Amino acid sequence: MSYILRRLVLMLPVAFLVTVGVFMLIHLSPGDPALIILGEDRNPEAIAQVHQELGLDKPLYAQYLIWVGHIIHGDWGRSITTHEPVWNAITDRLPATLELGIAALLWSLVVAIPLGTIAAVRRGSAADRIATGVSVAGVSVPNFFIGIVLIYVLSVSARIFPFGGYVPITQDPWESLRHVILPAIALGTAGTAINMRFTRSSMIEVLNHDYIRTARAKGASWRRVVFVHALKNALIPVVTIVGLQIGGIIEGAVVTETVFTWPGVGRLAVESIFNRDYTVVQGVVLLAAFSYMLANLAVDLVYGWLDPRISYA
Amino acid sequence: MAFSHLLELENVETHLRLRDGTIKAVDGVSLTVDAGETLGIVGESGSGKSMTALSIMRLLPRSGRIVGGKVCFKDRVLTDLSEDEMEEIRGTEIAMIFQDPMTSLNPVFRTGWQVGEPLRIHRHMRSRASIAAAVDLFEKVGIPEPRRRVKQFPHMFSGGMRQRAMIAMGLTTSPSLLIADEPTTALDVTIQAQILDLLRTLNRDYGTATILITHNLGVVAGMCDRVIVMYAGRIVEQGRTDDVFAHPEHPYTWSLLHSIPRLDADEHRPLRPIEGVPPDMLNLPPGCKFQPRCPFAVARCAAQEPELLQVREQLARCWVTQAGTRLDG
Amino acid sequence: MSNAPAIVAAGTPIRRRPIALLELAQRNRGVLVGLVFVGALFLIALVSPIISPHDPIATEPDNAYLPPLSPGHVLGTDELGRDQISRVLWGARVSLPVALVAVAVGLVGGGVLGLLSGYAGGLTDLLLMRVVDALLAFPALILAIALVAALGPSLRNAMIAIGIVAIPVYARLVRAVVLQLKQMEFVMATRSLGASPIRLIVRHLIPNLMNPILVQISLSAGFAILAEAVLSFLGLGAQPPTPDWGQMITTGRTFLPNDPWLAIVPGIAISITVYSFNLLGDSLRDALDPRLRS
Repeated sequence: MSYILRRLVLMLPVAFLVTVGVFMLIHLSPGDPALIILGEDRNPEAIAQVHQELGLDKPLYAQYLIWVGHIIHGDWGRSITTHEPVWNAITDRLPATLELGIAALLWSLVVAIPLGTIAAVRRGSAADRIATGVSVAGVSVPNFFIGIVLIYVLSVSARIFPFGGYVPITQDPWESLRHVILPAIALGTAGTAINMRFTRSSMIEVLNHDYIRTARAKGASWRRVVFVHALKNALIPVVTIVGLQIGGIIEGAVVTETVFTWPGVGRLAVESIFNRDYTVVQGVVLLAAFSYMLANLAVDLVYGWLDPRISYA
Repeated sequence: MAFSHLLELENVETHLRLRDGTIKAVDGVSLTVDAGETLGIVGESGSGKSMTALSIMRLLPRSGRIVGGKVCFKDRVLTDLSEDEMEEIRGTEIAMIFQDPMTSLNPVFRTGWQVGEPLRIHRHMRSRASIAAAVDLFEKVGIPEPRRRVKQFPHMFSGGMRQRAMIAMGLTTSPSLLIADEPTTALDVTIQAQILDLLRTLNRDYGTATILITHNLGVVAGMCDRVIVMYAGRIVEQGRTDDVFAHPEHPYTWSLLHSIPRLDADEHRPLRPIEGVPPDMLNLPPGCKFQPRCPFAVARCAAQEPELLQVREQLARCWVTQAGTRLDG
Repeated sequence: MSNAPAIVAAGTPIRRRPIALLELAQRNRGVLVGLVFVGALFLIALVSPIISPHDPIATEPDNAYLPPLSPGHVLGTDELGRDQISRVLWGARVSLPVALVAVAVGLVGGGVLGLLSGYAGGLTDLLLMRVVDALLAFPALILAIALVAALGPSLRNAMIAIGIVAIPVYARLVRAVVLQLKQMEFVMATRSLGASPIRLIVRHLIPNLMNPILVQISLSAGFAILAEAVLSFLGLGAQPPTPDWGQMITTGRTFLPNDPWLAIVPGIAISITVYSFNLLGDSLRDALDPRLRS
């Protein structure tokens, strides 16, 4: 318990700097923030109103404190274009992003863990070399390009999958699945490659340990040794990287959602940038940063649960 | 076929293929172990004693292969068995415990789960029953509070306790042969004595034949009926422990005995460290492999390798003693 | 798309002399192939004005939508009749400089931060490292997108943003090596002999940093090209009519049903380029890390 507390305390200065950074987003750009916020519509009245709303007449630190105070109380400001609360705009879009992110993660793990394990067990073999080579390629091909190729091959040409759009899983699970498959593969490919390499190198290391020989000496079959004795050890470091991938769902979604016209948070961010809707952009960036930080924290805690040697007492 | 011995190795040859060449880690080793007997295998690191044990278990590292000879156990030829059949023997008929108890237990599983595992694999026992059996075994090997201990992870055990747990794991299925590879090397001296005591007790109470691999002659003296001395992958001397200790017939054994302090020595005998360095297994000298370090070497030793022949009460691979010379003259 | 630091600095033994790149290439096939690929890309960027058959931004509406292998246009033409192969070749002149500038920004920014932090220690270190932590708290692409959103969409701002994203990796790398060096006897010795900090940095720090930095430069160049492509794809980087690969995919995907190559050709160009840098970085890391040698 005290460990969690200590971690949270250590997170505070970072969280502070992150909010400062996000707050400064608007102030980074040259010129009057009010003009940026208002865009084309710059009559003096409106400018004065924005100044008052944001407290722009006050010193910068005071503005920051007011802003952070609002954020903490759940008031993430209002969208400049739709005047809808930013928090609502984000939470409306969040389920779509989460569905896509979770599907991508599942896809990456289902492929990566068995492949990484096989590559490790048969290291040096042709299968291993192909898997390793493909994994370097997997992190090199941009996910939007994978998305476009998938759309061309499986939607436009073969007409197996729809080429975009989102159906909520609560509305029609089957259609939802059909819509999510291509974007999930596009989004999950880089993760697959990374997770496979992690699983492989971690598994190779684990298989060299003495306790593997002990398990063999007990008469455990290779399969049991690899999938019971080794895998639980080998997956401990994989958890780190997967945790970070969960935290980074919004990041990957930005591009994939644009390709597949997927109405999630990522697309909201891109649309908002073009609409110069800075309060919404701020909201999404803040959410992305905090989910990333929380995922980091969660990874540490899960580690303790997986690896009994680490005690948080 | 009927074999008279529990375990019999005939001319076993095991090669390790390394990047720089092939090592003959076990070079024509023949030995026997009878039911209930304790055999010691002594040698420095790299002498092939561990590789001999791993060859019996067929648990060689990736680079290792048994290229010649055969291993017979009870009425079966282990070297001819399929991997599946071999798995049936490991952990039921033959158990093995390893040198470093700190690394030989899996850190992420509870000790009781690990100790009871052979019962689940071979006896199809349920999880709960296997852990209950682990509690009994913990008691037998002298682990206090066994009920609490089976629920703990290995890192909560001391080195000695871990080795006891390893021994308990070896005993789950009451094997007829236990191979202990340097079981006390990684432990404190006082703990060493306790573990050896335990092994001795188990050997007496259960009649489990034991192969004890060690580089420590003191351990052999207190434990073993017979002893085999290995050097550069070969057996250089073999005989009853009392005979070998009383009058070694191979200069290497002689040197080993003279390099350790003895409390029971009645005269002020000077300690003599063994000269030279352990052999380069990739570049073994012609003739006797110990010859470059041998204080007794004669001209013939460098030219031709001696056979392992009867010299008085034991077997020795040495031209000098085979010619009738006594080392402690 | 990872911007994870190359884990090389910690634990590797300190070397006085960096291993020569060419010597490594002879010993390691991956390094050789990576070097050849990256070299070829730079060569293409250099000579693309000479070898391109057409002006990459000259439109020829009569010759729009020509398929690949058309006479005079090996890879066909786009919706405005611009020659596809010329645009792809010129694209290297956009992507590679972006990567170079971004890496330079990250290297200089991170290097200064890491040096200051590691050398000064104490409170300075504590504060600077929290700033680095805060930068790392943002997912890399989100940070780049946010920065471009604030600075305004343009290729120049994309370069700066990607460079800033790379800063924390270099800062941590340099700091780790500085801290490791501070423990070393020869640094103590040179310091007690009255060597100036500058001399210390030039003579001892930089040679020891060469290996991990080399790996990191290669990997972050790959990331920079990928990130630039993403930003341009989203419309936040290069603007039309710049022959930029990401930008070409954005326009090309509109015509996917009939003219798929308009998006696919630049996509392949990006993939090959990023792959080359990743391959080089990965192979260098494996070749330089003594623990992985077997």
